[in-house]
Amino acid sequence: MTVVLRVEHLVKSFGGVRAVDDVGFTVGAGERVALIGPNGAGKTTVFNMLNGQLRPDHGSIQIDGVEVRGRRPRAIWRRGVGRTFQITATLPSMTVAENVQMVLLSFHRRLFDIWRPAAPRYRDQALALLDRVGMADQADRASATLAYGDLKRLELAVALASRPRLLLMDEPTAGMAPRERAELMNLTAALVAESGVAVLFTEHDMDIVFGHASRIIVMNQGTIIASGQPADIRADAEVQAVYLGSGAMFAPRPGGAA
Amino acid sequence: MRWSRTVVAAGLGVALRVALVGLGTAPSPAMADEAVKIGEINSYTGLPAFTLPYRNGWQMAVEEINEAGGVLGGRPIEVVSRDDDGKPEDAVRAATELLDNEKVVALAGTYFSHIGLAVADFALHHKILFIASEPLTDALTWDKGNRYTFRLRPNTYTQAAMLVEEAAKLPARRWATVAPNYEYGESAVASFKQLLKAKRPDVEFVAEQWPVQGRIDAGPVVQALAAAKPDAIFNVTFGADLAKFVREGSIRGLFDDRSVVSLLTAEPEYLDPLKAEAPEGWIVTGYPWDQIQTPAHQTFLDAYRKKFGEAPRLGSVVGYTTFKAIAAAINKAGSTDSDKLAEAMRGLSVASPFGDITFRPGDHQSTMGAFVGRLAVKDGHGVMVDWRYDDGAAYLPPDDVAAARRPKD
Amino acid sequence: MGFYVAQFLGGLAQASSLFIVASGLSIIFGVTRIVNFAHGTFYMVGAFVAYSIADRVAGAWGFWGGIATAALVAGGIGVALERLLLRRLYQSPALFQLLATFGVVLVGQDAVLAIWGPEDRLGPRAPGLAGRVHLLGQAIPHYDLFLIVLGPVVLGLLWLLFHRTRWGVLVRAATEDREMTAALGVDESRLFTTVLFLGALLAGLAGAIQLPREAVTLHMDVAVVVEAFVVVVVGGMGSVTGAFLAALLIGQLQAFGILLVPRITVVLAFLVMAIVLAIRPYGLLGRVPALPRGTADAVEPPLRPASPGLIAVALALTLVLAALPVFAGDYVLALASETLIMVLFAASLQFIMGPGGMMSFGHAAYFGLGAYGAGLVVKHFGATMVTGLVAAPLLAGLAALVFGWFCVRLSGVYLAMLTLAFAQIAWSVMFEWTAVTGGDNGILGVWPASWAATAAPFYELCLGLSIAALLLLRRIVFAPFGYAVRAGRDSPLRCEAIGIDVQRFQWLAFVIAGVLAGLAGGLFAYAKGSVFPTYLDVPVSVDGLVMVLLGGVQSLVGPIVGAVVFHGLETQLVRLTDYWRLVVGVIIILLVLAFPQGIAGALGGRLRSGRSGTGEAGR
Repeated sequence: MTVVLRVEHLVKSFGGVRAVDDVGFTVGAGERVALIGPNGAGKTTVFNMLNGQLRPDHGSIQIDGVEVRGRRPRAIWRRGVGRTFQITATLPSMTVAENVQMVLLSFHRRLFDIWRPAAPRYRDQALALLDRVGMADQADRASATLAYGDLKRLELAVALASRPRLLLMDEPTAGMAPRERAELMNLTAALVAESGVAVLFTEHDMDIVFGHASRIIVMNQGTIIASGQPADIRADAEVQAVYLGSGAMFAPRPGGAA
Repeated sequence: MRWSRTVVAAGLGVALRVALVGLGTAPSPAMADEAVKIGEINSYTGLPAFTLPYRNGWQMAVEEINEAGGVLGGRPIEVVSRDDDGKPEDAVRAATELLDNEKVVALAGTYFSHIGLAVADFALHHKILFIASEPLTDALTWDKGNRYTFRLRPNTYTQAAMLVEEAAKLPARRWATVAPNYEYGESAVASFKQLLKAKRPDVEFVAEQWPVQGRIDAGPVVQALAAAKPDAIFNVTFGADLAKFVREGSIRGLFDDRSVVSLLTAEPEYLDPLKAEAPEGWIVTGYPWDQIQTPAHQTFLDAYRKKFGEAPRLGSVVGYTTFKAIAAAINKAGSTDSDKLAEAMRGLSVASPFGDITFRPGDHQSTMGAFVGRLAVKDGHGVMVDWRYDDGAAYLPPDDVAAARRPKD
Repeated sequence: MGFYVAQFLGGLAQASSLFIVASGLSIIFGVTRIVNFAHGTFYMVGAFVAYSIADRVAGAWGFWGGIATAALVAGGIGVALERLLLRRLYQSPALFQLLATFGVVLVGQDAVLAIWGPEDRLGPRAPGLAGRVHLLGQAIPHYDLFLIVLGPVVLGLLWLLFHRTRWGVLVRAATEDREMTAALGVDESRLFTTVLFLGALLAGLAGAIQLPREAVTLHMDVAVVVEAFVVVVVGGMGSVTGAFLAALLIGQLQAFGILLVPRITVVLAFLVMAIVLAIRPYGLLGRVPALPRGTADAVEPPLRPASPGLIAVALALTLVLAALPVFAGDYVLALASETLIMVLFAASLQFIMGPGGMMSFGHAAYFGLGAYGAGLVVKHFGATMVTGLVAAPLLAGLAALVFGWFCVRLSGVYLAMLTLAFAQIAWSVMFEWTAVTGGDNGILGVWPASWAATAAPFYELCLGLSIAALLLLRRIVFAPFGYAVRAGRDSPLRCEAIGIDVQRFQWLAFVIAGVLAGLAGGLFAYAKGSVFPTYLDVPVSVDGLVMVLLGGVQSLVGPIVGAVVFHGLETQLVRLTDYWRLVVGVIIILLVLAFPQGIAGALGGRLRSGRSGTGEAGR
């Protein structure tokens, strides 16, 4: 398995408080790694350093062996990192297909063209991708009018359109109905299997985490306290202690997804 | 966006219709009793305090002219008046409309110098007579003068020259100036300095302030002037700025034991709002309408008060005389042809409320003068005392010298 | 020493006056997010009411009672404005309320003229405070000392109001997060009404207390509102303390600036604003606004190409316009040329405001610099018209390149105010650099070449260039570049995540808009034969803004409709009545109420939804 993302000795302080303290991990191609932890554990800070919104104080972030620490988000995207957001960020004044076409236009560096119409460019490619996420029939709808679950699927297509090596998903199922959540994650799993993209996601829903992650990294107070297969994490005493001192949360609920 | 083209089309259609509204009726060929149309443009909404008395003035003139039989042997004068909203581009649009739609034979009016210049250039370009009634800039008849443009009021240079005569008599050696920071203020200060230095080589100018027109920060300006410890001050601010300057200056004692020489201050438009706070002792130019005893002025004053029930302002005299001059020019030319009218204007003499004036053939500047005197307060109002009428002819540079400054036709 | 103290105190007195008027504006903006052009109207009404009372009732009662009454009257007008007008517009696109308040300014100007007449009025001095004290050998007016105290007192009272009353806490909460207060079940409309009351009251008070210091005139409103905006923005919108600091800063810089460079007063405040915003993009004490989510901004529907039938209709109408000279006279052609130029100007502004999402209060800079580009090559090199029309977009584009680089780093009202600052700086250069530009006397003799000297060919030239420019803009909007610009407006977050450098696209869009505005300005110079600094001044920027908003900022045809309607109204009404501003103002208000999405926007939306259900716009 190729390592796509390698994080080493990552440190970030806010006004003397070490929000992230010497964090290191890897994510390999085809893996779906969940980054979890209680509120304030530092996972959002890690995420924001990975995607370029925050500049680390120390440490290294490599994508396919190339150092990207402290680069702007768009430079990191260009190195092969796609993103979805906790609250979807799409382009509401454009159609579903145009949202995907924008990524392709940007990827192929065609955005400075002021003359030829944009609408037909990369449309076939965009439609194919939308077909993969089950949105082809809505390709010409205004994206502002989509249902939330469809927006999530559109965002997934947008994030994957540039054929990234790594997909960062911030709370991918937040705000969705339980049924939709499982569907979205199954779709993600299928796409990952196809493309071999590495996935790192944060998630509050432990059913999703334990049901859909191939590996789990647990953070607390700025450091990684555990990392491993879902079964190992479920059994980890320290992790249980962090989460309300009980393992109840991690027990598969009857009827839950998995 | 599917609908955009229709709306474009509809929009342009509206433009077309709006434009066509302006067409009016097609003019018919001139008839013996058909009115002679004069176009008039001024800043009515922008500067109503000055332009409304001015409008009264020209309306009265037009009435008198028409009652006396009109021009060209019985044709009445009709004035088509437009507001320029204080913008030169609007004035040029209005001029186009007046020329093209209304078929006016001459243009008149304007208050601001830059608007006067814009219309003057339009007049040159379209070969139509333009009598600038109010703008004071020297450039209008000198550096940027043209064949078709004439000006009634004494320009900045002339009025400054009148004040210099009084200023030179003062013992003051250290002078400070305060003027609005645009061409009028600048040229007034420049002329004043140059002329005063010529008469009194011993004077020096120790401070100058250039507040923004209409937005004077009077306290700091007064302090800054006082700090230079001048013996005398030359003021060019007017209107609301003047009121602020006078009030701050008197509270802070700027005018105590100092002479002040001040342009335009005794024109009723600017003096009346000051009421009892009119600064006594200032040497000023203005219009002492209630004290002028000449028959010409008395006739004008009586008629004006009878018609409008109020005292005339200087603008009233300007508006009145402008149209008297135009009527005289048309009669002298015996035609409404622009070139003949321009020719008739050169050297034209007209009776004005201030006495006979002449439009000089060389520089197209009229010899209308100004009243110079001192300010006093009487019955809670500012008045001019010890005043005299200075004929413009005596202070203007000789006609041929002035004419040499003009661009060649 | 004494002199500097006196100058300092003078600056403080000025700062107090500025602060009081600006605080009201800041409070109104903070809570309602309305850019209230009518704030100057409250100020002017306050001054006139106070004058009238003090003029009729002598002594202390008349003076101080007049000030109190004036503040209350202004506050009452604020309430009426909110209840009758603004309330109906909270669901409209942002800025639409601005258009409504602009209508109120026009109505206010003529209403005050009708009630009080045209003369300047000088009020009485303050009873008991008419004299002066001597301090270190300098005379300081009592009234200045009173103002110096009044400013901090007002600040203190506002602080108490905001921190010690439930209402004040709600106002602060609404300033910080409007959504949350709505969610908390606060009666928003009552809150807005009371906020308008307080803001207008402060404006009226500020106007009234100027009575002993300056003449009351019909020009007070516009002069003060621009200054108040500068103070509010320098301080940070919504921050009353920030407004206080900004007023102090500007007051002192004015007081001492005139000692060093007397001529600088004309742009000093704008220079300060440009520098502050370059260093602190949200003003001295302003906060980064929380990302607006689910605001009332209607989302623009996706672009659709025009259908062949409609293209044919448009072509036919273009032909009719091209044939206009056959049956129209010179004036109609001149007016039509001018309208086409305004369409071009408005379209260039709409390009950055609509697709670009950048509000501009200073687009006149590029229009005016275009005019100067043409004027200067004519004046100094005797250039031909073709050269002039090349120089026009060139100079404007260069300016847009420089100014735009700074502007695109900001957003919202801050961006708009920075464009205004640059426009005023450009204006002052044209105004002061007499040797090159001719100063306020302008450049004369910029007439068209002989082949376009008569109205008809010049009109055809305007028509050709305007249509070409409009088609180019349309092409750009439909091309990937235009999509990228719109994407930057839609979601900067998403853009960063898909490799789009938002600022670079905004910057280039700004330059394109500048170039086309410059072309409009160049044509305008030849249409008028002369160029003046007023072409770069605030009213031209405001006209552009009104035309775009009136038409509908999200519609590509909006600027066309807006320019034709607004320019047509102005030029025709001005010939018919002295009170044309009143009529234009009332019409704008009625249009705003009738078409809260802009005329073209409403028209387009109605037609669209009538035709099919597939393209409905999102909420």
